[in-house]
Amino acid sequence: MEKQLLLGDEAIARAAIDAGISGVYAYPGTPSTEITEYIQHFSKAENLNIASRWATNEKTAMEEALGMSYIGKRALCCMKHVGMNVAADAFVNSAMTGARGGLVVLVADDPSMHSSQNEQDSRFYGQFAMIPMFEPSNQQEAYDITRYAFDMSEKFGIPVLLRITTRLAHSRAGVERKEMKAQNELSLPENSSNFILLPALARKRYKELLAAQAEYEKSAESSEYNVYFEGSDKSKGIVASGIAYNYLMENFPEGADFPILKISQYPLPVDLFRRMAKECDELLILEEGAPFIEQQLRGLLDSCLNIKGRMDSTLPRDGELNPDIVAKALGHENTHGAAIPELVTPRPPAMCQGCGHIDMYNALTEVARRYENHRVFGDIGCYTLGALPPYRAIHSCVDMGASITMAKGAADGGLWPAIAVIGDSTFTHSGMTGLLDCVNSKSNVTIVISDNETTGMTGGQDSAGTGKIEAIVQGLGVDPSHIRVFEPLKKNMEMMKQIIDEEINYHGVSVIIPRRECIQTLKRKKK
Amino acid sequence: MKTDIILAGVGGQGILSIAAVLGEAALADSLYLKQAEVHGMSQRGGDVQSNLRLSSSPIYSDLIPKGKADLIVSLEPMEALRYLPWLSETGTIVTNSQPFVNINNYPEMERIEKEFEKINNKVVIDAEAIAKAETGTIRTANMVMLGAAAPFIDIEFSKIENAVRSIFARKGEDIVNMNIKALNAGYEKAKK
Repeated sequence: MEKQLLLGDEAIARAAIDAGISGVYAYPGTPSTEITEYIQHFSKAENLNIASRWATNEKTAMEEALGMSYIGKRALCCMKHVGMNVAADAFVNSAMTGARGGLVVLVADDPSMHSSQNEQDSRFYGQFAMIPMFEPSNQQEAYDITRYAFDMSEKFGIPVLLRITTRLAHSRAGVERKEMKAQNELSLPENSSNFILLPALARKRYKELLAAQAEYEKSAESSEYNVYFEGSDKSKGIVASGIAYNYLMENFPEGADFPILKISQYPLPVDLFRRMAKECDELLILEEGAPFIEQQLRGLLDSCLNIKGRMDSTLPRDGELNPDIVAKALGHENTHGAAIPELVTPRPPAMCQGCGHIDMYNALTEVARRYENHRVFGDIGCYTLGALPPYRAIHSCVDMGASITMAKGAADGGLWPAIAVIGDSTFTHSGMTGLLDCVNSKSNVTIVISDNETTGMTGGQDSAGTGKIEAIVQGLGVDPSHIRVFEPLKKNMEMMKQIIDEEINYHGVSVIIPRRECIQTLKRKKK
Repeated sequence: MKTDIILAGVGGQGILSIAAVLGEAALADSLYLKQAEVHGMSQRGGDVQSNLRLSSSPIYSDLIPKGKADLIVSLEPMEALRYLPWLSETGTIVTNSQPFVNINNYPEMERIEKEFEKINNKVVIDAEAIAKAETGTIRTANMVMLGAAAPFIDIEFSKIENAVRSIFARKGEDIVNMNIKALNAGYEKAKK
């Protein structure tokens, strides 16, 4: 088949379609969003009948994927790295139940935090759950490995973790497809005991999972994705996992004289490492993200191995790799163009002109300033940019949903006014349970659900609560007379300020809903 | 052949359309290509870039090493300067001269022009004015810039033209012709 130009994300999506998935389950999150969008588009265009509606959060997505696997069909579940924290309960326990239809969990990590609040490395999750894991190094491998991962998941009866990072997710290259597989037929397990994690049954299942580890390692030892390249210069052996392999080879256009171990499949193939340690004087470990491999090789106590990597400052401990950092670690001379002229000023991201969040913040900050001790607890979305000048409107941003619950905790301790700002999609993702806590505790909080009727920051995906926000809020027990809806527009400024002030002065739970469609999705509809 | 290009601009200016055209042209020419993009938070009016690497042999890194870029194509003058550390000694800058001012501390244009005086190989054009004069709208400014960059890219111009046709085909014949016109205007301007 002829090559197609695909993002790493799209290569994975195409592979999942070609591997015969019956469902993709995900909540939008950079850098993983494009996978689900691609499948949604082509499922419709090619009439494939793949379930692909956005899930409310990563945990519901993971469980829905597990349900699809339970009936013998293939499912892909996608998320960004911090989404894995939300899905973790379902994810870790899916290793206990095992899979029936191929179940691949795709996690896109974001080292250097281009669009995230931390740079946690999802390989720890794969190891924690004790399941096989892959880390492709380029777009073609992303396609090939995704297909292979579905086969492996069915062969071993276990979910498989696929880990990529931002640079692969959002970089294009030519990718060659293979033939398309039909979807699996529905098939029910004769015995469901694996899926009933009662202690007595779970103990049995855990022993099976432990016993299977040797099989997973054996598969990694002989994997075509873990390659030992011979080298004549044994003064140094180089381990490169995932995309780090590209930066390494960029520095050796004519090929390297050192032995190289390219890692794309886990658990780590111990024999291959043993061989490299035995024949080389020194090991250089290149990996994107945390020193996951390096830490395991070093162990807790001093070993006789001479290991270089992120933990001894041969490479920076944080941030994503690039060819220049790797050149330095190899002792190559770095090239460099002219310095950036001093006059070049940063151009930070900002809310779009005409955005409803801006009008909301203009009203909110003016009213809040009247109260000396006010605190505004923010959340994750475009409105997080309200932290930057000229608004400087929020005082915290931690994780999905934390605005409401942190405001509650602060209010419980006596802070007034305790204000939360959360978007509609983040509210249905993880804010609803916190609001129920507020209602049950009769907390003195003012919650602003800034509703732009979409998931804005990731590019305007459907929001789970569109058209239902008041009903949800009321259903959770908020007094209808303190659910206040208005359209955030300059001409409504006086009315908006008055409503906000009234609700700050109401001693109880109030929910203010400024509602105006995201101008980006509005523009797209008009085209 | 090998051409390493940094495309620069501000989120929303259309650097990804330039990248899409070059990608299409490279694939039709059986070249290897890697193209790293910026998605997500930075797209909201922030500075954005795309590393685009074309080669007749396989490419490893998605990112261009510092000092190795053959070409910087920028839709905005200050953004061109942001990537100077990546430009090789023999590299060229092709930039739009019109600033995109969405920050209140944007430097004075005289200072930016002074910086450009220090650069040996450069093409500085008013892409918006050319687009407006040739096609009646500034929306084709990015294709003017692509045209101006074309003489420095190792792909035949006619193949870039074909790629423009195929990328804009679904938007209809009028849009295709407008973009081809803009592309040619930029190309002619740069060759002078």
